[in-house]
Amino acid sequence: MLYADFEKRLDLFTLKVHIDAESGIFSLFGASGAGKSMTLKCIAGIEKPDRGIIRLGDKVLFDSEKHIDLTPQKRHVGYLFQEYALFPDMTVAGNIKAGLHHLPRRERQAKAAELMERFRISPLADKRPATLSGGEKQRVALARIFASEPEVLLLDEPFSSLDTFLKWELIPYFKETLQSFAGCSIMVSHNIDEIISLCDTVSVIQNGVAEPAVGIDDFQAMIKAKYPSVYLRNS
Amino acid sequence: MMDLYPLLNSLRIAAISAVIVFFIGIAAAYYIAKCPRIIKGVLDVIFTLPLVLPPTVVGYLLLLVLGPKRLIGSFFLEHFDQKLTMQWWSAIFAVTVIVFPLMYRTARGAFENFDENLASAGRTLGLSNTYIFWRIRIPACKQGIIAGVVLAFARALGEYGATSMIAGYTPGKTATVSTAVYNLWRIGNDELALKWVLINIAISAVVLLCINLVEKPYKRRSR
Repeated sequence: MLYADFEKRLDLFTLKVHIDAESGIFSLFGASGAGKSMTLKCIAGIEKPDRGIIRLGDKVLFDSEKHIDLTPQKRHVGYLFQEYALFPDMTVAGNIKAGLHHLPRRERQAKAAELMERFRISPLADKRPATLSGGEKQRVALARIFASEPEVLLLDEPFSSLDTFLKWELIPYFKETLQSFAGCSIMVSHNIDEIISLCDTVSVIQNGVAEPAVGIDDFQAMIKAKYPSVYLRNS
Repeated sequence: MMDLYPLLNSLRIAAISAVIVFFIGIAAAYYIAKCPRIIKGVLDVIFTLPLVLPPTVVGYLLLLVLGPKRLIGSFFLEHFDQKLTMQWWSAIFAVTVIVFPLMYRTARGAFENFDENLASAGRTLGLSNTYIFWRIRIPACKQGIIAGVVLAFARALGEYGATSMIAGYTPGKTATVSTAVYNLWRIGNDELALKWVLINIAISAVVLLCINLVEKPYKRRSR
C-alpha cells in the first residue's frame, strides 16, 4: 500500500526511513525529536526528502531520480496533526466543508451533515474550534480528514494533547474509526500503550534511523526484554 | 465657516495610501518569509528604512525620480503631459512610502505568529494555495492586519515632511491638515492654525481608540 524509502538531512542527524506498510495500522515508535513527525511530513509532501521514493499503491508521490514531487494537494493523504490544526475562523461545519472541496457546492451540505452524524459532532456544527474540548476537536479533525477521501491516514501523536483519562475513553472509538478505513494508517507515537492498543506493526525509530518493522506481539516481547522497567511502568 | 478642503484632502490621501499599503504590505510580508536568509535581511532593512529616515530624506529621494526633470517625472511629462509633483495626489507617493513599513512590519509579525500547520492541513485537504491564503491565513492574522492598516492610516493623516516637498502647499489644491497648520502659523494666522490643530488631535485620538478596540478582543482570545 504505502512504500517509503528516503533520506533527509536534518540539523542533528540524517533521517533514514524505510516503510512498507500494508493495510492496517503501522506505527513509528520513538522518542521526541527522533524524526517521526518529519517522516509523516515527507510522506504528505509538506517537507521534501533529499532523495528516495515514496509510493502509494502504484501511484508515485515522490521520486528524486525521476524528479517527481507531487504537491500535498495531489497526494490524497489524510493528516491528523498533533494539535488537530482546525481552522480557527471557521465553524465545525465550515471545517468539514473545507475538506469537501472536491465535491460540487450543492452536495457539500448533505455530505457534511452525514459526516457530522457519523462522528457524533452534529450538535457542534455551529461552534468554533476554540470552544471545543480535546476529544471533540479530535473527532472534528477526523471527520474533516474523512471528508477529503484520503488513501492513507497519517496520525501524528493523536493523543498527545489529551489528558490520560480522556485518552483511554477515546481509544476504542478511535480504533473503530481506523478499522473502518480501507487504506493503511501510519501513526507516530512515543507512547507504548497507545501503540500496543492500536497498531498492528511497529518500526522503532532512533536518531532518525527507522528499524525494520515487527508485529505488535514481537514488539511487546522486545520492549519487555530490552526495557523491563519501562514496560512495568507502562503496563 | 472655515474652508474644509485640507481635511478632505488629508482624508482621501490617507485612505488611498492605506489601501495601497494594505496590498503591498501584505504581499511584502508574505513573500519575504520565503526568501533565503541573506536576501531577507537586506529586504527587511530596505522595507523598514522609511520608518527611521527623516521624511525630508524620503521626499528628496522621491523628487530624485519623480521630479519633472528626472527619470520617471520627465517620462510622464513627455508622454502624458503630466507633472507628477505639486498635484494633490502627489502626496500619495510620499505618504505611501512613509507608512509602508508600519503595514509591512505589523503584517509580518502577524504572519510569523501564524501556525503553519493550518496551511499544511489545508494543503493535505486539497485546498488551493489561494484559498488557504485568503480564507485561512488572512482571517487568522486579521487583528494584526487591521491594526496595521489603521496605524498606517493614522500616520498617513499626519505626514508632513515628504508631502510638503513633493506636493507643496497650494490652498484649495495640495493643502493638507498638517501643511495647513504650518503655513497658517507661518503667516501669523494663529487662530485658524489652532482650529486645525484641534481637529488633528481629535482625529488622531479617534483613530487610536479604534486601534485599541481592534486589539482588545485579540488579547482576550489569546489568553
